[in-house]
Amino acid sequence: MIEFRMPSLGADMEAGKLVEWLKKPGDLLSRGDVIAVVETQKGAIEIEVFNDGVLDEILTKTGENVPVGHVIATIRGKDEAPGLAPGAAVAPVAATPAKVPPKEALPPPRPEAPAVQVQITPAARRRALELGIDLATVKPGPRGIVGIDQVEAAQPLAKERPGIVFDEMRKAIAAAMTRSHREIPHYYVTSTLDVSPLMSWLEEENVRRPVPARLIYAVPLIRAAALALKSASELNGHYEGGAFEPAGHINMGIAVAMRGGGLIAPAILEVETLGMDHLMERLRDLVARVRGGRLRSSELSQGTVTFSNLGDETADAILPLIYPPQVAIIGCGQIAERPWVDDGKVIVRRTLTVSVAGDHRVSDGRRAAQFLTHFQQLLHNPEKL
Amino acid sequence: MTLMRKITYREAVREALKEALERDERVFLMGEDVGRYGGAYACSKGLLQEFGEQRIRDTPLSESGFVGAGIGAALGGMRPIVEIMTVNFSLLALDQIVNNAATLRHMSGGQFSVPIVIRMATGAGRQLAAQHSHSLECWFAHVPGLKVVAPATVADARGMLWTAILDPDPVIIFEHAMLYNDEGEVAAEGDLAVDIGSAAVRRAGRDASLITYGGGLKKALSAAERLAGDGIDCEVIDLRTLRPLDDKTIMASVVKTHRAVIVDEGWRSGSLAAEISARIMEQALYDLDAPVARVCSAEVPIPYPRHLETAATPQPEAIVSAVKGVMRK
Amino acid sequence: MTKPHTSKVHLSHEHGLDLLGQMILIRRFEEKCAELYGAEKIRGFLHLYIGEEANAVGVMQALTPDDAVVANYREHGHALARGLPAREVMAELYGKASGSSRGRGGSMHIFNASSRFYGGNAIVGGELPLAVGLALADKMQGRNRITCCIFGEGAAAEGEFHESLNLAALWKLPVLFVCENNRYAMGTAIERSESVVDMCVHAQSYGIPAEAVDGMDVVAVEAASRRVAEEVRAGGGPRFLENKTYRFRAHSMFDPELYRSKEEVQEWKKRDPIPRFARWLQDAGLLHEVDLEKIEKEVARLIEEATAFAEAAPWEPAEDLLRDVYTPRTDTVVRR
Repeated sequence: MIEFRMPSLGADMEAGKLVEWLKKPGDLLSRGDVIAVVETQKGAIEIEVFNDGVLDEILTKTGENVPVGHVIATIRGKDEAPGLAPGAAVAPVAATPAKVPPKEALPPPRPEAPAVQVQITPAARRRALELGIDLATVKPGPRGIVGIDQVEAAQPLAKERPGIVFDEMRKAIAAAMTRSHREIPHYYVTSTLDVSPLMSWLEEENVRRPVPARLIYAVPLIRAAALALKSASELNGHYEGGAFEPAGHINMGIAVAMRGGGLIAPAILEVETLGMDHLMERLRDLVARVRGGRLRSSELSQGTVTFSNLGDETADAILPLIYPPQVAIIGCGQIAERPWVDDGKVIVRRTLTVSVAGDHRVSDGRRAAQFLTHFQQLLHNPEKL
Repeated sequence: MTLMRKITYREAVREALKEALERDERVFLMGEDVGRYGGAYACSKGLLQEFGEQRIRDTPLSESGFVGAGIGAALGGMRPIVEIMTVNFSLLALDQIVNNAATLRHMSGGQFSVPIVIRMATGAGRQLAAQHSHSLECWFAHVPGLKVVAPATVADARGMLWTAILDPDPVIIFEHAMLYNDEGEVAAEGDLAVDIGSAAVRRAGRDASLITYGGGLKKALSAAERLAGDGIDCEVIDLRTLRPLDDKTIMASVVKTHRAVIVDEGWRSGSLAAEISARIMEQALYDLDAPVARVCSAEVPIPYPRHLETAATPQPEAIVSAVKGVMRK
Repeated sequence: MTKPHTSKVHLSHEHGLDLLGQMILIRRFEEKCAELYGAEKIRGFLHLYIGEEANAVGVMQALTPDDAVVANYREHGHALARGLPAREVMAELYGKASGSSRGRGGSMHIFNASSRFYGGNAIVGGELPLAVGLALADKMQGRNRITCCIFGEGAAAEGEFHESLNLAALWKLPVLFVCENNRYAMGTAIERSESVVDMCVHAQSYGIPAEAVDGMDVVAVEAASRRVAEEVRAGGGPRFLENKTYRFRAHSMFDPELYRSKEEVQEWKKRDPIPRFARWLQDAGLLHEVDLEKIEKEVARLIEEATAFAEAAPWEPAEDLLRDVYTPRTDTVVRR
């Protein structure tokens, strides 16, 4: 049952007189229908409903003057049973309120209320224009003001020029991570995988290959993740402006540690189309260019999901933060020998703990778990990757 | 490498007066107590003995009379330096300055020039209370036909006077009373005349532009030093000339730093800082990362007790605070 | 206009006609101004000198071209008597670029450098310090010339009057102060504004020798002016003349003259300096009817020519608005 309240029709409106009801109880209501006419200081104004439903009960008689926020009618869902008859068990609503009800305006039609006016300095606007940055994506700084610093921090770091300033990048990463933590409701699903088959296969494979062509174990992981993502669209894309846009391709950001500290995750574009050899080449090239400070802006701005294997020397599992506006990140811990149960017996296996962080606005644990299952399956047949 | 010597601001003014009197026999100094007393601020000590009564003229307490006479003398071919003891007394002579000195050239269709130099002490800081503590530079800077300068350094106090004498139009020189005892460097030899048309960057910096004049310079520099300790690098601009204002130097700085704080001992309302702020808005709006801040005197006649006088006038603490404000730190 | 440099009035036929002619020129000029003002050719303030002509004409006889004249805002008569061309004065009143101040000043700001005519000053009493300064410059540069400072009795209330007289006396400056006492400072009679209505007493209180003169008598004005100007020239310090005179018209064009009676005006008109002097000359056999006609005709022609000149003169282009605020420099300016 929805309470329909006397709306505020102006900043200085305190009350309104119900002059005429244009609907009666039992009438079907559609969002936007005019339900009544209200007299204010400025004149007679029609008021509308913002929900579909059925007008259940009229609580304010014509001629009554009621304060803004006062419940003047109830609306029920189409399938709901009618409310109690007037006067029965419902606390009577006084025509003149005993206490002043909260002066709440009727909830606006869009649940996402319009943003507070952000203050953007002229210099910041110009910088954003110069850098091609959408000001809506820039997080305000101290006192809620978007200044040059905030715009520069929101940079996708690279321009099409040699040698990105890594200081700026680190600043930008910090800003991005803060934003991620603030805005994205993360959930985590982890799974520990037996990667012994994978590692055995890899070692045999690499023995056969000339040294330059040898694969690092991240490659099959990335390949498997890419393939598994193909059927997990809720983990691959961008969430912006209150809506999720699944991506047509998988541009997988690969987290790389930078010299001097900090992390960067340039994307391998359309990673799902790359075989493992190709992938290896790209990885090698990427890492080299990170070291050399030669990344492309597309690599930094077009990632649709991120893979982080940086736990490989340090941790059992990592719980990474999603890079906004992406909606998922896959993190792998180190491969370690651990006790494993196989056929009722405890044996030693090489295991790896994978975590998937997802944006709960877009996906839930089930999806992530499904992905992980798929991912694990793929890793059990590495020769098919 | 020029050899430098250290003198006080007062000594610089005296040297400048002496030089002017020596270089051009049309120059004479006129004002209250400039002769026998040696000058209210001792700027003309010894000059009467050296140059005589004709050229160092003690006047009666008749600001309007002797300033007007100075204007007339300038019309008549002399190069008078009229000393009004302080800006507080200049109010009595405003009619002559604004209605005659500033307008004669224009009203006559360009027939006459008024090559007068008027020197005045200005500013607060010695607990002299409301009628002896004004900073009214902006009133004079408001008037077309006048030129207004505010030497803030010893070198400028030494060098601006001769250039002002050479100027065919009325030049008003404001000497902040708190500067007279300060020491500074001037060249040991050579022509010490400096221009009176440009501002100077006294301290280069990247983060914020501190724009000031006269007595505000040392406070701004002091604030800049403190801020440097906090990792904020200020650029300090000494306006030097208040009319005409050197927009070029001001804007170059603001475009670089994106933030401006103006320090002006006048009262905030209708201040010179307000004018500069308007110009920055007009010429560099799109370079600003914060509104222009102003550190001015509070809206109160200057009070007598030290702590209130200090609270009423711009101080380094307030400047530091204002800079942090525009940095949003 | 140049007269032999003497303290005696030499009233020859020629000189008599000259004095009369100058007064008539001023009279007709001012009458024309009144007409043109009504036709909106002259705007702003207009302060007419009608009735006071004897003062300007008389005092100018005592001055050389090298002397300086500093007057107030009722200065058309002084400008004409000083020798400024009527056409330039008229063009100035029109606001045209051919005016004596390039049209920039208007009625209250007539200036002419070559005639050493320093205005045209609109602040009552404001011109006295200027005159003091001009005299100071002359004294300091050892030049033997004087500054004639003309003002109304209303100026005696201003501080600048007192400061200037004091300074001039103190430093013994060659200023001839001429107070044209027409009894009314705008709408305030002298009795209502001065505790001491005798202007000479004011001057004498500063140690300045002063005397009163009949300002409706051009010969009396000339005689007194020549005598005291000589004294100033001789290095005797400033002198002060109080010319008792009367303006026949209102203070300015917007003045219903509520402060004086029509009868009073009529009384004073009987002492109109022009017919009075003309009669005197006629009685002395120095003026014949035909002379008068000739003078009037010549004056009428001059005025017509001046008016035509002003009408035809160009306006200053608006692009030149900002000129003459500062002096253009040709010398080397000190640069950083």
